[in-house]
Amino acid sequence: MSSHAPVHEDAHEAHHGHSHGHEAGHGSLKSYMTGFVLSIILTAIPFWLVMGGVFESRAITAVFVIALGAVQMVVHMIYFLHMNTKSEGGWTMMALIFTIVIVAIALSGSFWVMHHLNTNMMPMSPEMMKNMP
Amino acid sequence: MFSNLDLQKFVFGRLTLEAIPYHEPILVATFAAVALGGLALVIALTYYRLWAYLWSEWFTSVDHKKIGIMYVILALVMLVRGFSDAIMMRIQQAIAFNGSEGYLPPHHYDQVFTAHGVIMIFFMAMPFVTGLMNFVVPLQIGARDVSFPFLNNFSFWMTTAGAVIIMMSLFVGEFARTGWLAYPPLSGADYSPGVGVDYYIWGLQVAGIGTTLSGINLIATIVKMRAPGMTMMKMPVFTWTSLCTNVLIVATFPVLTATLALLSLDRYAGTNFFTNDLGGNPMMYVNLIWIWGHPEVYILVLPAFGIFSEVVATFCGKRLFGYASMVYATVVITILSYIVWLHHFFTMGSGASVNAFFGITTMIISIPTGAKMFNWLFTMYRGRIRYEVPMLWTIGFMVTFVIGGMTGVLLAVPPADFVLHNSLFLIAHFHNVIIGGVVFGLMAGVTYWFPKAFGFKLDPFWGKMSFWFWLTGFYFAFMPLYVLGLMGVTRRVSQFEDPSLQIWFVIAAFGAFLIALGILSFLIQLVVSFKRREQLADFTGDPWDGRTLEWSTSSPPPEYNFAFTPVVHDHDSYWDMKNRGYARPVSGFKAIHMPKGTGTGVILSGLSVAFAFAMIWYIWWLAALSLVAIIVVSIAHTFNYNRDFYIPANEVVETEDKRTELLAGKV
Repeated sequence: MSSHAPVHEDAHEAHHGHSHGHEAGHGSLKSYMTGFVLSIILTAIPFWLVMGGVFESRAITAVFVIALGAVQMVVHMIYFLHMNTKSEGGWTMMALIFTIVIVAIALSGSFWVMHHLNTNMMPMSPEMMKNMP
Repeated sequence: MFSNLDLQKFVFGRLTLEAIPYHEPILVATFAAVALGGLALVIALTYYRLWAYLWSEWFTSVDHKKIGIMYVILALVMLVRGFSDAIMMRIQQAIAFNGSEGYLPPHHYDQVFTAHGVIMIFFMAMPFVTGLMNFVVPLQIGARDVSFPFLNNFSFWMTTAGAVIIMMSLFVGEFARTGWLAYPPLSGADYSPGVGVDYYIWGLQVAGIGTTLSGINLIATIVKMRAPGMTMMKMPVFTWTSLCTNVLIVATFPVLTATLALLSLDRYAGTNFFTNDLGGNPMMYVNLIWIWGHPEVYILVLPAFGIFSEVVATFCGKRLFGYASMVYATVVITILSYIVWLHHFFTMGSGASVNAFFGITTMIISIPTGAKMFNWLFTMYRGRIRYEVPMLWTIGFMVTFVIGGMTGVLLAVPPADFVLHNSLFLIAHFHNVIIGGVVFGLMAGVTYWFPKAFGFKLDPFWGKMSFWFWLTGFYFAFMPLYVLGLMGVTRRVSQFEDPSLQIWFVIAAFGAFLIALGILSFLIQLVVSFKRREQLADFTGDPWDGRTLEWSTSSPPPEYNFAFTPVVHDHDSYWDMKNRGYARPVSGFKAIHMPKGTGTGVILSGLSVAFAFAMIWYIWWLAALSLVAIIVVSIAHTFNYNRDFYIPANEVVETEDKRTELLAGKV
């Protein structure tokens, strides 16, 4: 029973022939166009925000630009990388979730660490240095 | 006169004759030895007409087994280089007392300890681990090669290119004097204007490309190319740890690349990411580099854990105790390794809440590691233990690693860390876990899989010599450093004032000599085993009574690994097959579709070395030229459609019949 059954003889053979992704679709002209137009809009808005001086505060502008950049990434993943919950048997989704978790850890951790460092250490006058514990 | 100077500057950048360290006797002697050795090697290869063979059968090969072996050879060469640095430091520290300056001037000593760290981590441990994964993983999962065979070859050559760039710094210019992580502001343009840090940056960037791509490749291989029936929870433990390691590589090496890219922008383009003023913050570099650096530790040690798991199960003749818990422990370590990085810089001043969080996460990570330790112990319990060399390394590991783990938990306590930070206690701790964990694991792995790679076992006598020299040498070399660290001696010091410390450094130097004997014994072991290969030969393909699929094929395996893809029912699949009375198929072979070798990897890697060298020495024309060449060659390679071939059925039949004969005659 456990001997090699010639039926299963070649997993590689199955992979050959059509060497592109199996389940990930190639997308249609329509989906590419949607992605393209969305990308252009999402790129144009930040330019307009910055060059038109729409907001008074630079911080708000920066937040909007970053947020639109994040949306842009999602658009690229859906329309150009053809990612969805089912492609590659769910592996793409799992890899994406893992990536998001790691990026979130690295970003929030760095902000936290550097913020504390900034509060504790940055405005260091010679007098403060003398009074260090 | 001046136009002449400009021309020279244009052609050679900042490279001048002065950059060749002919005034340093130690380096001249080293260069002479390397040049003579290299010349002898070239003459020997030419005399025996091996160049064509090496080029077509090895350098351009996309066979994962050959690439794995080349990785290990690279690692062994770099081990010798890194160890030379180590013993130079040990001698220097043992004699530089009572006003003696030792024999290494500080600027040379600083390069030596930087090179030691960089080489041992990036060019010894990493290629060694990658090499074993490359060789073993496809065999363990019943595949014929990795997912992207050309990429594998390219990754290997990029790693080699990085090693070449680092080695070049020995004879052309200098190496970084910054410590192995090149913290700014010391590594910035203001404090390190020379080429040392640039060698460091470009060596790591080029090798990093190779490491990342090989990580992607192995993940794809493990996810997509497992034999039918091998679900995730039926994968051998080494494959599991390899998967987690490669996930770590893919997730963290981009962080290293980005951090070093920012540092190079600071150095080349005058930006201020990590400078002291103009809004820069050197601590951001420390933070970023350890986001990569801590997972890197687990990148190295997880495969070692996998090796020990395979070795323990095989040499105790039992199933691994707690397979599922071993897998979960590995996954938990993978995740946790991302949230402990701050313990490398508790003293930076983030305050109590931050330090407490990272101290606790660090202590938590010792729990899954401890669970693994108990799994190995329970596997040994009531097992029929065979004390062959791989098992000796495993037991040496278990004892040594527990000590290193305990000092690690001690260092995880922030108040204790404030006392021990940057002391020799820390040095002793991480050598304790890296030598006791990673190196012992790699040695166990090499001894264990050597017969699979070459068809004969390694000579056990010299293996035991190597083991005992390494083990005793380790304790002699690093236990004194714990003592010195507790007395407050800091790392990276080249001369000492206090004569009472000397005895400890002398003991440590003695230990380093014992380790040198251990390395020598290993090299002798290779030679002796090669000479005695007739007696040590293994015809069965299964010299240790193994449990996983790699032992089901011949040693060395045929180019196609498995004539028929095996079907898996259990995580110890070959053990399961043997118990069910599996009979090796002897007929019905078909032609096998295989990837074809290509020289593109070698060419791209050579161009990368040229590019890095040009960037280091500001030879801009060469940098531009080699960059264009890299792009052109890469694009041209995509038009190479001649990438595969079929091993004809009669050739497969011939190979397999030979094995059938061998099995019938010798077993």
